[in-house]
Amino acid sequence: MRVAAPLLPAVAVFGASFGVLARGVGIGFLPATVMSATTFAGSSQVAAVSVLGAGGGVVSAIVAALLLNARYGPIGISVARAFHGNPLRRLVESQLVVDESWALSGAGGPSLDRGVLVGAGAALWVCWTGGTAVGALAGGAIGDPGTFGLDGAFAALFLALLLGQLRGRRAVAAAVAGAAIAAALTPVLRPGLPIVAATVAALVGVRRRAG
Amino acid sequence: MSDAWLAVLAVGAGTVAIKGIGPVAVGTRRLPRRVLDLLAMLAPALLAALVVVETFAAGRSLVVDARLAGVAAGALAVALRAPLWAVVLAGAVATALVRLAF
Repeated sequence: MRVAAPLLPAVAVFGASFGVLARGVGIGFLPATVMSATTFAGSSQVAAVSVLGAGGGVVSAIVAALLLNARYGPIGISVARAFHGNPLRRLVESQLVVDESWALSGAGGPSLDRGVLVGAGAALWVCWTGGTAVGALAGGAIGDPGTFGLDGAFAALFLALLLGQLRGRRAVAAAVAGAAIAAALTPVLRPGLPIVAATVAALVGVRRRAG
Repeated sequence: MSDAWLAVLAVGAGTVAIKGIGPVAVGTRRLPRRVLDLLAMLAPALLAALVVVETFAAGRSLVVDARLAGVAAGALAVALRAPLWAVVLAGAVATALVRLAF
């Protein structure tokens, strides 16, 4: 939980900005807050609400959001061993997996820390859902998160966590390949899919060792 | 049902399923070594992809904007062995300042 502390205010403000965005397109307090509590994945929620607000239709909104969350398939497998107990308990606890809790807890690698994954995930969930509720109530009193540079802050966070993972040539090769795949496919595929495609880069790291 | 509620419920149910499939299906089973090796390499691959997308992606375009200043400030903070909170703060401040200036 302590490791997540620097992120909590940022996530709360980002959550509030989602609440404001939702309110602006006519999505009220209750659906906006329920969405943050159940989906708990910022970019996909912003995408769904933006598509609805732009009149893009409900099916497009759902597809856009779920594509953005497709990466949680492989991410979930990478941390599956952190979850114990019956399947229902594992299903509930696994909802606390978000990019930030996954990355802070060791990104599914050998040093996977269950306490950080669940503890940071729970703290982030409270801030995200609470922030959304406040934003949906307060509306325009809260500004655009871009003003606070939150988007750049999250990119910097992922870079810092990436640099911590670059131990050995295999990891560097996997990172370079992952970045290249994401960059090359961003103009081609719908948002979300380039990140899923980048999981293939993990094979580069493994093959290196086998060969 | 309104479109808003339909989207909220469908995205929520779909995301719960996506997040849960690994932990529910794999569970506490011990994975083969090769799979664990692969999963360990998932971290650098996915984190690098997240950095690229969070820094340069705007929908289907790649753009250079204020976020790059945030990432550069974050990298500098990492090089100076700053704690994670300082990296995040440096990223936010640099991004906000550059956005304000231009």
